[in-house]
Amino acid sequence: MTTAFELVLIIGLMICAISALKAKRLLVTVVIYMAYSLLMTIVWVLLQSPDLAITEAAVGAGVTGMLFLTTLKKIHALQGTKDE
Amino acid sequence: MSAFLEKVISLRFEIAAVILFGIGFINLLLQKNLIKKIVGFNVMDSSVFLLLASQGYIDGRIAPILTNGITEASHYVNPIPAGLVLTGIVVSVSVSAFFLALVQRLYKHYHTVNFDEIMVLAKKKVD
Amino acid sequence: MKKNIWANFSSWVNGTAEGKDPYEISEKVQPREERKRFKLNEEQKMHLFNLQYKIVAAVVCLTVVGVLLYTLFQLPLFGDPRNPAVNEVVERYVEDGLKETGAVNMVAGMILDYRAFDTFGESSVLFLAVTSVMMLLLRDEKNISKEEDIQEAHERIIEREASDPILRYVVSLVMPCILLFGIYVVLNGHISPGGGFSGGAIMGAGFILYSAAFGTDAVSKFFNMKTFRTITSTALLCYAASKAYSFYTGANGLPTGIPLGTPGAILSSGLILVLDVCVGLVVACTMYGFYSLFAKGEI
Repeated sequence: MTTAFELVLIIGLMICAISALKAKRLLVTVVIYMAYSLLMTIVWVLLQSPDLAITEAAVGAGVTGMLFLTTLKKIHALQGTKDE
Repeated sequence: MSAFLEKVISLRFEIAAVILFGIGFINLLLQKNLIKKIVGFNVMDSSVFLLLASQGYIDGRIAPILTNGITEASHYVNPIPAGLVLTGIVVSVSVSAFFLALVQRLYKHYHTVNFDEIMVLAKKKVD
Repeated sequence: MKKNIWANFSSWVNGTAEGKDPYEISEKVQPREERKRFKLNEEQKMHLFNLQYKIVAAVVCLTVVGVLLYTLFQLPLFGDPRNPAVNEVVERYVEDGLKETGAVNMVAGMILDYRAFDTFGESSVLFLAVTSVMMLLLRDEKNISKEEDIQEAHERIIEREASDPILRYVVSLVMPCILLFGIYVVLNGHISPGGGFSGGAIMGAGFILYSAAFGTDAVSKFFNMKTFRTITSTALLCYAASKAYSFYTGANGLPTGIPLGTPGAILSSGLILVLDVCVGLVVACTMYGFYSLFAKGEI
């Protein structure tokens, strides 16, 4: 049962990685990358390393995503949203 | 054949790590957009961490937090890869922050984040 | 054959040779106009290079993945206790760690006691990263033109006026909880999962959320360049000093004069708590510093 769940997570990780890099809009890329980080968090919990899970949740989904979004605003790649 | 399949299922995290590494690597090489290159680099980073952490996991054991007073090594998973990866995750953030700062400077100078266009513009400037 | 050469030579000497002029022939086969057609222009050259680059990149990537996959099948099975990574070092860390470091969370005990020097380098890397980002993005007269300055001021006015009341209300509710959780994770690093890196990242993310909702000026009232410099350098120096004391007294489990306390209590495990707080402060400042530099070009 756990193995099946882990396989689903792994397939989700791959789908996220491919679709993040295939997406046309950069905003979509960044949001999917944040989802990838959250899936990675669950993988860390399953691998019995809760320290990594907390760090990845705060860093991967929070700080990195925010840095990417700020950069997108600076390079005027947020066309079509309220921020542009 | 079933033995091979069993081995593949047993090594699921390692194989996933290698495939994610490949996805990140091919994007780092082929993507034209610098932001996507950085996302590919981050995917590569986390795949390496996944491979490292999966080497420390042992079936049926729990995380190395010794709350119940048991101090036998055969009761806990390996803490060393977790410690290595913990520092690695934070460093990967600072590396991507540095990359993003470089991208902002490039955008300010060339008004594009497409790598090919930047190369053409830089060549024109030299000529 | 020999005769032929002799005949050729004599005819050349006599000036009766016919044909055989290499230049004439080559010009006949490939006249100038026709040769031009085969010459690639710049665009085609670029296209050809791109094609070659793509093929080479794909081949390199597939080779790397293939070699790695082949190596994987030589590895011991996943989750096997006989894995060579599980050796006497791990045994020593887990069995004697509680007695020697006093930390219940073995990962914290490992990275902040047995391998504390490594973690010091790591915190310095974070400091260095902020410094390099500062070099790239810090605003000064040479760095920024007048038009950009005006545009940025305009954007800031928009930011202040077009505020989102829902976001502001939710952030003012959530922000104290995030900060409290971050402090909890830092202070309990030696007892439960977490520690300086995770707690610092949580606190930094909380500050980023606050400044995204209320504008960067709201944070700069209590967190500016001076506080950043003071906190980061004090934390790093404090880390260095406490670890230097530990090395001076012999390190490696020798008595340092600092009581280890009862495992599981907040005030226990000697220097690990101090080091955790130092690392947490450095990481929190770094995370918020990145965001602040990205958003407005100064801390």
